Amino acid sequence: MATIQVTGENEQHPDVALVASARSGDVHAFETLIQKYDRQIFRIAQHITQNREDAQDVVQDAFLKAYEKLDQFQGNSKFYTWLVRIAVNESLMRLRKRRTGKMVSIDEDIETDEGSVPRDLAEWRPNPEQNYGQAELAEILRKTIQGLPHGFRIVFVLRDVDGLSTEETAETLGLSVPAVKSRLLRARLQLRERLSRYFRNKKAGEK
Amino acid sequence: MLDDLIDDTVPSPTRTLLQEHLKGCEHCEVTLNTTRKTIEIYRSHEVYELPNSVRERIHAAIVARCKNGC
Repeated sequence: MATIQVTGENEQHPDVALVASARSGDVHAFETLIQKYDRQIFRIAQHITQNREDAQDVVQDAFLKAYEKLDQFQGNSKFYTWLVRIAVNESLMRLRKRRTGKMVSIDEDIETDEGSVPRDLAEWRPNPEQNYGQAELAEILRKTIQGLPHGFRIVFVLRDVDGLSTEETAETLGLSVPAVKSRLLRARLQLRERLSRYFRNKKAGEK
Repeated sequence: MLDDLIDDTVPSPTRTLLQEHLKGCEHCEVTLNTTRKTIEIYRSHEVYELPNSVRERIHAAIVARCKNGC
């Protein structure tokens, strides 16, 4: 799976040159950025909207909006995190439309203690990858993460799946760093607890 | 503390103490191992695939509009 490229402090990120070319009208340079990040943007949009068509529309709209606003891109954040911020906003707008205008926000605090006290304490044996086929495993992972509150889900996806730093995740979502940390831990523990129902080492005779 | 352990960002004196604790505490060891596995499994499996045919269609639509000034 594609993850974000990490560069050293003084090293220029390869996107900087692509963004500069795109800004001066080079559509091919922008196409390279689309090729590079469309799958991640789709994944994020799908995790928020939970709807395939909406997620595909978000990919299109987010890149178009980014292209339109390239002049406003300051360059003090990474192009990718800037793009993700656009995609998150577009996704929330789509979600709001589907819920007929009901407020949808990722900064609402979610009252839940689920997973905070781990209950299922068996090791996962055999390794889930050995025990399930690709399609079956993907279905389990999808079903499990869909059950999380979306404010947890998006923090987990940005931080743990996409590999953004805690600070970048906070900046992208307009959350504080402590809020990201708290949601991330709760998301991780809830997912762990839910996956344990499938992956735990079953004792003899246990169903 | 659990999230620092998962991310391997615990400073070394505390890390040694925690490692000692983990050796004797099955509860913590299982929680740590399975939480790390949770992250790893989501990182290494694409849950939502974007088929190439859809990608091509989206790319073409974006590029066409960019060329026309959006």
